[in-house]
Amino acid sequence: MLADKPRLIDEEGRRLDGRGPADLRPVHIEVDVLANADGSAYVEQGNTKVLAAVYGPKEVHPRHLSLPDRAILRCRYHMAPFSVEQRKSPAPSRREIELSKVIREALEPALFLEYYPRTAIDVFVEVLQADGGTRCASITAASLALADAGIPMRDLVAAVAAGKVDGILVLDLTDVEDKHGEADVPLAMMPGLDRVTLFQMDGVLTPDELKECVKLAIDGCKRIYALQKEALRERFVRIRKEIEAGEVEG
Amino acid sequence: MTIFFERRELIVPGDLLAEGDYEPGENVYKEGDKLYATRVGLLELKDGKISVIALRSFYVPKPGDIVIGDVVDVGVSSWAVDIRAPRLAVLRATDVIGRPFRPDKMELTKILSVGDTVIAKVKAYDRTRSPVLTMGEPGLGKVRQGRVVRITPSKVPRLIGKKGSMISMLKRETGCKIVIGVNGVVLVRCKSPEDEELLVEAIEKIERESHVEGLTDRVAKMIRRRKGLASG
Amino acid sequence: MMKWMAKEPVISKIKKRRIIQLISEGKRLDGRGKLDYREIRIEKGIIGTAEGSAMVCLGQTEVVVGVKIGLNAPYPDTPNEGILAVNAELVPLASPTFEPGPPDERAIELARVVDRGIRSSRAVDLKKLCIIPGRRVYILFLDIYVLNHDGNLIDASALAALAALSNAKLYGYQIENERVILDKSIWSPLPLQDHPVAVTLANIGGELVVDPCLEEELAMDARITITVNKDGDICAVQKGGPGFLTVEQVLEAINIAREKAEELRAKVLG
Repeated sequence: MLADKPRLIDEEGRRLDGRGPADLRPVHIEVDVLANADGSAYVEQGNTKVLAAVYGPKEVHPRHLSLPDRAILRCRYHMAPFSVEQRKSPAPSRREIELSKVIREALEPALFLEYYPRTAIDVFVEVLQADGGTRCASITAASLALADAGIPMRDLVAAVAAGKVDGILVLDLTDVEDKHGEADVPLAMMPGLDRVTLFQMDGVLTPDELKECVKLAIDGCKRIYALQKEALRERFVRIRKEIEAGEVEG
Repeated sequence: MTIFFERRELIVPGDLLAEGDYEPGENVYKEGDKLYATRVGLLELKDGKISVIALRSFYVPKPGDIVIGDVVDVGVSSWAVDIRAPRLAVLRATDVIGRPFRPDKMELTKILSVGDTVIAKVKAYDRTRSPVLTMGEPGLGKVRQGRVVRITPSKVPRLIGKKGSMISMLKRETGCKIVIGVNGVVLVRCKSPEDEELLVEAIEKIERESHVEGLTDRVAKMIRRRKGLASG
Repeated sequence: MMKWMAKEPVISKIKKRRIIQLISEGKRLDGRGKLDYREIRIEKGIIGTAEGSAMVCLGQTEVVVGVKIGLNAPYPDTPNEGILAVNAELVPLASPTFEPGPPDERAIELARVVDRGIRSSRAVDLKKLCIIPGRRVYILFLDIYVLNHDGNLIDASALAALAALSNAKLYGYQIENERVILDKSIWSPLPLQDHPVAVTLANIGGELVVDPCLEEELAMDARITITVNKDGDICAVQKGGPGFLTVEQVLEAINIAREKAEELRAKVLG
């Protein structure tokens, strides 16, 4: 039974989790978390938890799926059965198939696929816990996994959703805000190049509200971008610090 | 003309490295007059050329490279060898036995079979085709014993060292035989298992700390201390 | 593995260059302007066995939409609402790149984008399709059948869907022994309270053009579809394609879509 709509924003503009309208949820990022994958990353954004892995570039089998002049990018977005309140069947749903496509199309403009003809670059994202913004967190994680795999990129891709909840335009919607709000606007971009690579909307917004959401999301992406860069540097910075502090043998 | 980072500074993909008349080197691309990094690594600037020495990368073959790989398939007149490049490499029978070859699959597996490790040389490579290997030179051939260690290919120069300083030090301090494949596959053969463990640890340390100066000394110290502990 | 992916045809380099060259001069392959739609022909009620139907020809893209209305149990989390189920078939006869089999990612995206426009705009009030709360509701199947693919399947399908809904019949029902049975002797027009229209623009070599034909789609960097409701508000957006759009293009597309949506809506309803 769909719950009666809760009050999502109080008189002071505080959301259910205490955030202001333009606040991101706490973001925690780790890179190189899986031993077998060529590249991997884990992203937590509030209660949303996603794990991304990249294999490739590698040979494609069967060969007729490969392209003679470039690599193919394959992407699988999948939700674990236990990631949502009502257990989800492991079989790919239509939503997962659509999201696999839009996530792939969000990452592709960042890659130099023509460098590796007749190969495939495979991106796998598993949503371990879903609380809104899973496709955006997936893109953020997948982009880091690609960099971790040493695959050349034009830029990292950062993503976040803006939207409208209780009449207020907000950033980074949780699941309850998405379900009961008036609109959800996921957006991904290469912030260093000002290029939008994913842009969707569900709900109803006036054109001005939509444009405001775009600006809100772009600002959110830039903040996430800074966190992505920090996460890529983190391991190397940490090792250097340990050596300089004499905590390392030699 | 401006450069936004310092030499050997840690760079990530998408970083705007410089603007102006610079030439894009390794792991750098240029759009208009802006130069951007494509990989995680350390900035290098030499003769007006801006490059990034990658800390995360994979191997792309070049003719002349000495590589170490595993045979993964046997065909009619060639083997497929995994040299940890985006595409499997081809090793033709004629490039192994050094003379024209009559197709006979049984004979092929007698020379090399699936699972064999080989040291080979990249004979030819372009992006549109599989790399082609040859074993018809001295120093190349099937590996019969030893242990394989894998490192990020862009760190191979670090493992070799300036004028071979790092690899000479490793050989000297451990007494082991070391063959380094340009593809980041390293073959080691030591007199004792303890020496082998120590050398593998040293190589992993090089991989991990390659971006921090003073590496050769740190590794030498570590080896000497361990050997001292073992004998003391 | 990832068996829902499709293989796109190759466009020749000279063709691609020509398309980009023409567009930079403000012209298209068929002489259209950058903001012109192709010729649109709409025919309603063409499938007698369907409760509502329409065929839309957008240039040489041809799409038929059939609406079938039946009875079903409601979904557990919406016991007071009818069900809207949108499906798209890219049938093999429509294009050399359409293979027989379950819907691939293109068909699924197409169906979901058309669905989003109808659902977000509440064009069909699903609450009005409830018969016995928690037990029996109307289920509205909207099937998109692409007969010829010459680009911009989304706009053509959304138009055909709107046209089909606008002539759809909602049959009455009888309740016998607690069972609900459709009574085809009584019907009323399906209540339609909004008229969402999708407008797709393509980014080709840095220029935005409306209603890309197939070759333009093969030459484009990316497309953006903006669905506009009858009040001029936006009720769905979908960026597609392997490339990108600049931020300015995104904002410009929103403006263009509002204008073009009015023109298209008049064609369906007028």
